[in-house]
This record gives sequence, structure tokens and C-alpha cells, in this order.
Amino acid sequence: MTTKTDATNTTNTLPAYQKREALNRWLLSLPALSIIMLAAIGPLLIMLMYSFMVKGDYGGVKLWEFSFDGWMNVFLQRDIFDDTLGFADAHLTIFWRSLKLSILTTLTALAFGFPTAYFIATRPKHTREIWVFLITIPFWANLLIRTFAIQEVIRNEGIINNTLLAVGIIDSPIQMLYTDGAILFGMVYVYLPLMVLPLYASMEKLDFRLVEAGYDLYATRWKVLKRIILPMVKPGMIAGCILVFIPSLGAYVTPRLLGGGKNMMLGNLIESQFGAGRNWPLGSAISITLMLVVMFALLFYVRNVTRSGAGHG
Amino acid sequence: MQSPSIAVEAKNVTKIFSQGKKRFTALDNVSIAIRKNEFFTLLGPSGCGKTTLLRAFAGFEHPSQGSILLYGEDIAHLPPYQRPINTVFQNYALFPHMTVAGNIAFGLEMQGKPKAEIEETVDRMLDLVQMQPMRDRLTSQISGGQQQRVALARALAPSPKVLLLDEPLSALDYKLRKEMQIELKRLQSETGITFIFVTHDQEEALTMSDRIAVMAGGRILQVGSPHDIYERPAERFVADFIGETNFLEGKISAVEGNNISVTPDAAGAGRSIQIAVDSEQPQAKLKTGQRVTLAIRPEHSQVIRVGPESDEAFISGNLDNIVYFGTDTHYHVRLSDGSLFIVRQQNSQILGDTLAKNETVGIHFAADAARILWD
Amino acid sequence: MGNRHFNVRTLPGFGFVALLTFFLLYLPICMLVIYAFNSGDSIVQWEGFSLRWFETALNNEAVQEAAGRSVLIAVIAATGATICATMAALATTRVRPYPGLAFKYAVINQPLMVPEIVTAVALLIVFSKIKVWTGYSGLTYLVLAHTAFCIPFAYLPIRARLETMDSGLEAAAADLYATPWKAFRLITLPLLRPGIIAGFMLAFVISLDDVVITEFVKSGGQETLPTYMLGQLRRSITPEINAIATVFLAFSVLIVTAFFFTSRKKSE
Repeated sequence: MTTKTDATNTTNTLPAYQKREALNRWLLSLPALSIIMLAAIGPLLIMLMYSFMVKGDYGGVKLWEFSFDGWMNVFLQRDIFDDTLGFADAHLTIFWRSLKLSILTTLTALAFGFPTAYFIATRPKHTREIWVFLITIPFWANLLIRTFAIQEVIRNEGIINNTLLAVGIIDSPIQMLYTDGAILFGMVYVYLPLMVLPLYASMEKLDFRLVEAGYDLYATRWKVLKRIILPMVKPGMIAGCILVFIPSLGAYVTPRLLGGGKNMMLGNLIESQFGAGRNWPLGSAISITLMLVVMFALLFYVRNVTRSGAGHG
Repeated sequence: MQSPSIAVEAKNVTKIFSQGKKRFTALDNVSIAIRKNEFFTLLGPSGCGKTTLLRAFAGFEHPSQGSILLYGEDIAHLPPYQRPINTVFQNYALFPHMTVAGNIAFGLEMQGKPKAEIEETVDRMLDLVQMQPMRDRLTSQISGGQQQRVALARALAPSPKVLLLDEPLSALDYKLRKEMQIELKRLQSETGITFIFVTHDQEEALTMSDRIAVMAGGRILQVGSPHDIYERPAERFVADFIGETNFLEGKISAVEGNNISVTPDAAGAGRSIQIAVDSEQPQAKLKTGQRVTLAIRPEHSQVIRVGPESDEAFISGNLDNIVYFGTDTHYHVRLSDGSLFIVRQQNSQILGDTLAKNETVGIHFAADAARILWD
Repeated sequence: MGNRHFNVRTLPGFGFVALLTFFLLYLPICMLVIYAFNSGDSIVQWEGFSLRWFETALNNEAVQEAAGRSVLIAVIAATGATICATMAALATTRVRPYPGLAFKYAVINQPLMVPEIVTAVALLIVFSKIKVWTGYSGLTYLVLAHTAFCIPFAYLPIRARLETMDSGLEAAAADLYATPWKAFRLITLPLLRPGIIAGFMLAFVISLDDVVITEFVKSGGQETLPTYMLGQLRRSITPEINAIATVFLAFSVLIVTAFFFTSRKKSE
């Protein structure tokens, strides 16, 4: 692009090679963007459409026939006898169980994960990486393998019951499998590393001179924990909680294997609508609801992180 | 006299950076012509635009207005890889996954030179910067000073028309810096390549350059030889930035051709000093009553005893402090208006009886030692 | 203060809980691995040491087929994801914010933000329709789905590596007459390589491990190793499952250990 060389005030246009830069960036991102649009985002939008359609007789939907039934049936149901609208008890129970279990999982993971992360962060520098490595190894075992491992441990013939029987604390095996507790145990087991890692990342940056200052100023260990350490590792704590809460809310495999079909969570409820339940619009509506709750939680996290001034990883 | 040929030139270059609503003018209508085979320095404090100008020559910044010319041809539209101009970067930017020799060969390889020629040039460059023994080391394994020399060799290898150096010595320690300054000067005169050197260190600029451009706030304040810049600063900023200067505010009390009398504010009523002005000064401004600022270098002034027999013109003040420097002594004199005037005298001149602190002394300087600056 | 050495860093009980956590974390997996070597038929009753279940698993045709399919999908998906992620990382890292950057960033990371079950049923909806329309039910659906959710996993380490690279190096290359393509090939790519390798390995493991999305997208008979195992877990369980799981585990740990050591080297 030629530029005027006289002394009058003419603004130069960008040279050709710089104009190409913006185009290049779009071309570079195109493959990634299109694949994700095609196989991740696009289908979500179609699912949204499906949630507003009439359910088909054998599964699927009657295309282009619209209805609000899918969404209504998420929380409400029509009584088959007197045609009145009441709450869909079964669904609400499942919603509540999912929420309850996810929160409990998060808190339990925090209770175990916090000391663990702290422990690793206070190891001498050269051994620290090994501890981090050790805590991630179980995480790299397949989700199925880990859940199955828990199943083996807590079943009536499993090692926990066997040990308790052998020691004489109990007379007959405790039914642990196929209970809510089993699901809780399984989820904590599966998602614990996701709590430990961000916590550890925060704690590793902890300046222990500040802790020393706290002790120097007559604080007890408890006070030091509460007022010095906790505020400084807050970003890690929030990240860990979000990383555990979100997947546990949408858990499918773990409640299936450990809950046995009776103790359903949202993931199982969704699956049943696409399987035996043959109510695709309802399944779609529940999925979208789950997705919205998760997005809301993520938004909360992002807001919190940017407010505390910490940058993203 | 034939005008020297121009190697690279900036004509009315303005560069504005905008981020959203904020606009920052890095270069404000800058025009400068750099001659062939010259060691030219852009000197100024950080943020003055010198690096931006350098990058505009290299092709990393595109001027919002104005043009960049290389041997008379407009190159503003050319990307950096099409300009025969090479840069020595401030942090060297050596390729960490290549050896010393590999780095030096890079530009030649990109130019498509034949292998034999590349090898010969690389050898020559290694000898030039005395890095032959390190040629197969990875650049991450050599010291800072050695990295600097490799960066230099790498930029010189493709025989560019102009070499740009962006504060290349700032990361080196004092002794190494002094050595490299001499090295660079030697290299420039040996290779005959036009060097454009950027620095904020005025001492460095004064010792190395053929000509200096003093920049501040995106503008060029003065261009000239080190001697010109030092002895005849055009503006207060230049006088202040280069070396040490004393500033005396005052009023013109009389004008007689090329001699004017100035009454400094600090001298008290009635006492005036004779100043010789050169023909450059704007005649129109030389009027009685005009306010001026005088700039006097510490080494151009002397401290004298005050007594009834002294008839040299002087300004009196209180000798606040005497600082001994080995080669010279600084006298800090507090004037009546509170300002501090520093006099520097070499210790070879013995001042008879030594002066004592808190003595009242006089400051004297020759008529042509003061330079007039306009407010 | 007394004679006891006051350690600023320790908090009471934390060490105990931490070690307990490690123990509880490894116990179930260790049990699982141990029972893979059980000579008996039970997964909880130990009868003796034997390798017979490994033999059974290795000779099981269904296992072989599923494992082969898993690896095939993982290789294609990880390769595709890594290429896409590398290109996307180049366009979105070390740049001053430009319009559209936030959008790109959100899209690339989208698979991480949505629960797997939601994506799985959404894909079920779309793909089942397409299967009916076209009659095609090959591996493409699985590969496509896997590539999509592997992209953000490959993207993360590549982007991280790219951010540590001084963009002044590419400027130096341009200064020395390298065209943008040459600068990319000779400077950016070699230095980015550890990140790309890490991204590939991560994507590979993620694809290999996936169970939920694969379960919903697969057509009849298209088992991958995880879906095969899921199916088996609904029927009678023999230590064969333990044996498969152990081999799978060993393989994953191997890859992750390699990943860990290459990332250690690049940080030096």
C-alpha cells in the first residue's frame, strides 16, 4: 500500500501484511471452532429445540409439533386420574438428592483435601513434586475402574465388611452398596484429586513468613489458620469446590454403579428419559436445566476470581 | 561542500497507539536523516519514543503518518523480513534451540546464500566477536556478555545496510559495558555499516556517537555532534539531561551588540554578569527586560574568595558542602534564592588556601561559558 | 516454649488426615489390582495367586476388538484435536485482545463447561437422526465426538507452553529475513514441541478413558474398552474385569508418567 510522502496530514493505511494478520487468526481458529460447533455446541441447540416438541410414541419426537410439556414435566406432573397438576415427586426427589450429594461431596472432599494439599505444600521442595505425582496417579485410572474399585471395597463381601466381621465389631455385613452413602463415597473418591490440585497450587504460593508473623503476634494455631492461611488460599478453595461440584452434579457412571438404579441422580434420570422412559423432550429439558445450573455455578466462580484480583490460570 | 549521502530517513513520522478509548502518541511528527557510515544515537529517557522510532525503521511498527525511507526509497509498506536492516535486541532474542554458529548463520540461510558462503561468513563473524571457541555451544549455555556478542554477530552476518541496536549494553555490568562500547565503535568503523544506537545513558551516547538525537515525549529536541549537544544545548531539557548543568534565572539588563548584561535573580539587585552571545541566538529576543535562563556547566565555573579587592564579576553564595572526588572537587554553593550551584574544579588546580564550609564564596564564569535558554 | 521445636508449617492433625487420605485413595485400587491375580472366580475371595485371568482377558475376542477400537479412535481423535488445538492456540495466545478473542476462548473451552451426560444425550439426538437419514453408522460419529471434547484438553498445555515463549524470537527471525511461515517452522514449532506432545498425550488418555459420551454415541456392537467394561459390570463379575482394569491402569499410568517427565524436562 503506497503512502503519500508529502508533508500534509494524511494517515497511513495498514500495510498488506498486517491486514492479513486478522484473517489468518480466523483461519487458524476455524478447524477447532467448527468441530466444536458441530459436535458440541450445535447439538446442544438442537436439544433445546427438542425440549419444546411433542414426544414421539417410540422415543424421539414428533418433529415440528411443539409443546411445553417437556418443560412442564420437569417439575410438575399430571395426575392420571383426575388430571390435576401436582409436583413430580419422583423428579423432585432426584433433584434434591443430586444437589444434596453434590454439596456433601464437595464438603467432604474439602475436609479431606485441605489437609492433604497443605501437607504436600509443606513438604521439602524436592519431594513435593513426587507427592503431587502420587496424588494424581489414581486420577488417571479410568472413572469406571475407580468406581468399580470402590464397589469392590464396600460390597457385602468386600474388604471393609470382612475386616469388621473378622474383628468382631459386627455380626453380619452392613449394606453399604446401593445406598446414597455409597454414591457419596464413590464421588468423593473419584473427584478428590480435583480438589487437592487447585488447593495445592494456591498453598504452594503461600508466603510462610506471613504465618510466622501471625505466630509472632500471639495468634494460636487455629487463629492463624482461620485468619491468615484461609483468606490467602481462598482462590484455590473456590476453584477446587467448583471443580468437584460441577462434575458431581452431572455424575452418571458413579450413581449407576453404586446406586444400583434405585438411587438415581440427575444423570441417570436424563438417561432413563432417552431409554426406557421414551420421553426425549423431558430428557432434553432436564439436561438443559442441569446445564444452566452448572453455568450459573461457573459464572459465580468467575465473578469471585476476578473480584479477588487473581488472574486465571 | 557535497552533502553527505543519507542512509535512512524518517519524514514527519507520527505513531499513535490506541487501545479502546485511550490514545498514546509515541512519536510526534518526527523527522530525522541518518547518514551513511555514521554511528548515530537516539538518546532520551524511557518512554521518549526512541525505541518506537527504531522499531519503525526495522519494520515492527507502522507509522500512523509519515514515511520511512531507505536510500531514498519508501519502505514503510515492507515487512521486516524484506528490509535489509537488522536489529540487535535489548534481550538479545537468541534462538535457544540453536548453537552459536547456528544463530549467526540464520539470517544468511534465510537469504538463501550458498552453503560455502554461509560457512565462511559465520567463521569470519565468530572471529570478529571472538566467539570461535564457543561456536558449538547452545546459546542458553553462555554468559550474558557472550550472548551480546553473538547477537551482534548474528545481526552483522547478513551485511545489512543499517544496523539497529536497542539498548544492547543495558544488561551488562560496568566494566563489560565499557569494553563493549569500545568494541562497538571499532566494529562500526571497520565494517562501515550505518549504526543506529538507542540508549538512555548520556555518557554512553557522548563517548560513542558521531551524532546524537536527543528525544523526549515523542519529539526530537536536538540533533548534533556530542560536542554540540553538550556545549550548546538548545533547550533546558537537553541541558539538564546531558551532563550536569546549573541554571540561573535572570533578566537582561543591557544589550550591547553581542554582549549582554544579565542580572541573575540570585545576585541581588544591581549585580549583573556579562554574557557573550553567538549569532545563533534570536536577535529579536535580546531586549532589555527579557527573562532568560542561563545554563552553566559546573566545570566551566570557578569558586573564588570574596573580598574587597576582587573585581571579577561574581555571584555570592554560601559554601554548603565540599565533595572530594579524587580527580576533582565539587563545591556546592547555596545562592541567595535558595538554589544550589555546583562548581567542579580539577584537583590539579590548587586553590591556594583551602576553603572552609559555610564560608561565603563567589562563583565566577567566563562570558562565553553561559548559554542562554529561553523559557 | 519448652524444648519442643516449633514448626511454623505444621498444623495439628493435618499430617494424619493427609496420610490417611493417601492410604484410602490407594486402597481400593490396590485391592482391585490384587484380585486380578486371584486364582479363584471371586473378586473378593482370595484363593491363590494366578495369571489365568490375564490370559482369559487377552484371549477374549470381544476385549481385543474393544481395545483395538479404543486405541484407533484415541489416535485419530488425539491427532485431530492436537492439530486443531495448536492452530487455535497460535491464534489466541500472545496477542493483544482483539474482537472475537473472548468468543473463541469460550467456544474452545466449552466442552469443559458442560457436564458429559448433557453433551452425550445431545449428540444422541443429532446422530440418531443422521444415522436414520444416511444409513451410515461407522466410527466417524465417535471420532468426531471425541475430537471435539479432546480439543480443550490438548489446547491447555499447548497454550501454556506458548505463553512462556518470548514472541521476540519470532520478531528476531523476521528481522533476519524469515517469512512468517519459515519463522513458524524453524523457531516456533521446535520450541512448542514439548507442549504439543503433552497436549497429544493428554488428549489421547482423555479419549481412551471416555465412557459416558461413547456410550450414547456408539452404534450397536461398537464397543470401546470402557463401554465393554461397563456392560460387563452389569452381568456376572469375574476377576477378568480386574485383569482388564489392571492392564488399562498400567497403560494409563505409563502414559501419564511419560507426560510428567517430559513436562519436568521442559521446565528446566
